[in-house]
Amino acid sequence: MKAHLTRRYRFSASHRLHSGEFSAEENRTIYGKCNNPHGHGHNYALEVTVSGPVDDRTGMVCNLVDLDGFVEKEVLSHYDLENLNTLQEFARNVPTTENLCVEIFEILQRGFRHAHLERVRLEETMMNSFEYAGGAETRP
Amino acid sequence: MVYLTRKAEFSASHYYHNPEFTPEENRRVFGKCNNPNGHGHNYTLEVTVKGAVDPRSGFVVDLKELKEIMHHEVLDAMDHRFLNKEVPEFASRIPTTENLAIAIWQRLAPKLQKAQLHRVRVYETPDLFADFYGEA
Repeated sequence: MKAHLTRRYRFSASHRLHSGEFSAEENRTIYGKCNNPHGHGHNYALEVTVSGPVDDRTGMVCNLVDLDGFVEKEVLSHYDLENLNTLQEFARNVPTTENLCVEIFEILQRGFRHAHLERVRLEETMMNSFEYAGGAETRP
Repeated sequence: MVYLTRKAEFSASHYYHNPEFTPEENRRVFGKCNNPNGHGHNYTLEVTVKGAVDPRSGFVVDLKELKEIMHHEVLDAMDHRFLNKEVPEFASRIPTTENLAIAIWQRLAPKLQKAQLHRVRVYETPDLFADFYGEA
């Protein structure tokens, strides 16, 4: 039978929202406080949802050791305690939490082979969160 | 269609062990969870039902009825129990969070008459949960 498994992780990073396509004034209007040139930080909470048949022998969709190992190596160690604007993927792309959510989904999509990736959900603060399912609708 | 979710909490112990595996395989696959003396969690259960809102009552489902079914079918059977030894489903299935969500679905689905069961979510810890939607 098919089940979904969700694991929650945390990391902290700084960013500045600023686009080279806008004037300084437009950047200030659109991004407000987030346009502060010195940047600011968040404690992000990341939820990764995978799905698949529950293996009769293990009772698992996928072994958490594999999921935790992949996320630690490919996501957390890459983003934790970094300035997002200095990373290659955000050289042209504004490091909004929407874009970060999509980046993380794509990292998992490219490399995680132990279960089907369903969804990535990213909380920037306790008050806002973003979800990406590779273009699919997310399920209630 | 409106979705309604009711939460409940229970505490139970379990361990992971497959008698078809060698002791080494059991330790490798299940790690610390293979300790035969078991270990425990405070589980949070979320049961989501869906249905049309009854124009007379304004309800999708009578919450009191849903609460009683959850208590009778799940909490009475699992709260403060050793899942491997005291819950019949886990005599032959490993009591992982995934299998717990499936077993709870199988207990609840036949008892719900008016509303349709949509999702069973079981949190083993605040950082780990499994969802079951009744899919084969």
